[in-house]
Amino acid sequence: MTSSDPGLHVSDRATATPSASPDVPALHLRGVVKRFGSLTAVDGLDLEVPQGVVLGLLGPNGAGKSTTMKMLTAQSLADEGEIRILGHEIPAESKWARARMGVVPQHDNLDEELTVEQNLRMFSFLYRVPRARRREAIARAMRIAQLEDRGDTVVEDLSGGMRRRLLIVRALLHRPELVLMDEPTVGLDPQVRQDLWGVIDALRQEGATVLMSTHYIEEAERLSDEVALMAAGRIIERGTPADLVAKYAGTTVEEYTPDEHGIDALENLIRDHGFTTRRTGTAVSVLRAEELPPSLRDRLTVPLRRASNLEDVFVTLTGESVD
Amino acid sequence: MSIDHTDARRLRDREDARPENHARPGRFEMDAVMGIVAREWILYGRSWRATTFAAVVEPTLYLLCFGFGMGALIGTLAGFSYIDFLGTGIVAVSVMFQSMMPAVINTFIKRRFLHTYEGILATPIDVRELVTGEALWLAMRSGVYGCVPLLVAMGFGLRPGLGGLLVPFIAFLAGFAFALFGIWISAVITSVRSMDYVFSGLFTPLFLVAGTFFPLTELPGWVQGVAVINPLYHAVELIRGSVFGGLDAGALLLHIGVLVAFIVLMWFLAGFQMRRRMVG
Repeated sequence: MTSSDPGLHVSDRATATPSASPDVPALHLRGVVKRFGSLTAVDGLDLEVPQGVVLGLLGPNGAGKSTTMKMLTAQSLADEGEIRILGHEIPAESKWARARMGVVPQHDNLDEELTVEQNLRMFSFLYRVPRARRREAIARAMRIAQLEDRGDTVVEDLSGGMRRRLLIVRALLHRPELVLMDEPTVGLDPQVRQDLWGVIDALRQEGATVLMSTHYIEEAERLSDEVALMAAGRIIERGTPADLVAKYAGTTVEEYTPDEHGIDALENLIRDHGFTTRRTGTAVSVLRAEELPPSLRDRLTVPLRRASNLEDVFVTLTGESVD
Repeated sequence: MSIDHTDARRLRDREDARPENHARPGRFEMDAVMGIVAREWILYGRSWRATTFAAVVEPTLYLLCFGFGMGALIGTLAGFSYIDFLGTGIVAVSVMFQSMMPAVINTFIKRRFLHTYEGILATPIDVRELVTGEALWLAMRSGVYGCVPLLVAMGFGLRPGLGGLLVPFIAFLAGFAFALFGIWISAVITSVRSMDYVFSGLFTPLFLVAGTFFPLTELPGWVQGVAVINPLYHAVELIRGSVFGGLDAGALLLHIGVLVAFIVLMWFLAGFQMRRRMVG
């Protein structure tokens, strides 16, 4: 590209960046395939994410989420298909795309021997935050992470939650338009996870586009505008959490404990009436239980009743269990 | 965590929020390289004491033991007093150790265990810039620390000529070459265990067969032939020649030419192999 290309903003240092048109999708993947030898990790992936959307990429281990994330940063190259990020073709223009996005990795790769402030300062160089804005960018990041009074603390002395918060805001130093989060809360205890959700909520309120891979159902349901369910390397369903739950699981799930006839007989009986079931431990869960006919209900024991959720949808669609 | 309203306004103003200095696809950018160097400078702020300790103590011990011990027996060697011969040789060895050793070990650890490079390559920096930045930092460090053995040797009686002022530049050039060599090796090896082969099978012959502790003329002819492709030999000759003079233009061009050619070759190899490792 040259500086005379339409839509380019040219700085006085002769480096250019396209202006972000709101019509350009933040992410555009079409027919993306990635193979590792005989294993096809991503198998014809189609995904388009408009700007300003928080999309949860939900899938079990091995679904292809991390490979997809790596392809978006061009650390893994697609064998087939087309990837565009904020209009930039990947991998040819990946460097440009990476200047406009922030990546929160699955692995904590903070420099442990350095302080919070030093870690952020290092990445302000890598993201090439202009010198005049560097101090402000670091202060802002520490404020978002609630680490203002920890600037001089060495990373190895931080708690797990603090480290993860630092890892997240490190990716926000250059105010990216797109944030990729690869399993941002994996391995953290529930309380710390919920603490981290605050920053993702805040990003959503700011209008940033976020692609967050996770295998935590609750996290995807709680944080995402939309959820894309991924299994065996492709998107098998996509929609808002509420729409997906309504479409596949109705409003109520009833869990029945089998009688002396056993769990297989119970499951077959319910399925014969056209209902979708799934096993949850020693019980059988019936989706769309609000539609169970009285004739069938009379033959069943008293159930445990609960609201349908995204996990019901996911297990129904993939046959996989999730954390 | 929350973003305050001031931040909200700023974030909405994307044009203002974005860094002015964006990357250009497909281009090799010195800004990116300097980002890596700046990162290493910050890390150095934590490790300079240990690095300096090693840089001073090692040549001091070598000069003490070999200079006094062997020097008393040898007297002169190839027209030099042994302390002069050894002192300049140790400058080159020190440069190699200051650059190649961390290039092999640290680069391998950062790539394989710490996932440091995954984080860096998620920023607008590509593999060539990463490799160049890492090597450039080690070369700069070598340029400074390479002078330490010379200063120590001066304490032992070495008297350099004005050409000695070129030592930091030669140390930089040689350090850049060895750093790239080390990064390439770190990307070739597959496990920590492989480093045994590197240190015993590569480091040792490199610094022994380079005219550091004794002249190459004392070695069999075929070994002398092999030594000519040893970049450390050319670094030693350049350093010794600049400190004491006596290097003609042809020899000067030959030694610099070999080091530059080695740098070019290693830059391509290191970039290629690191890309194979980092980009699947």
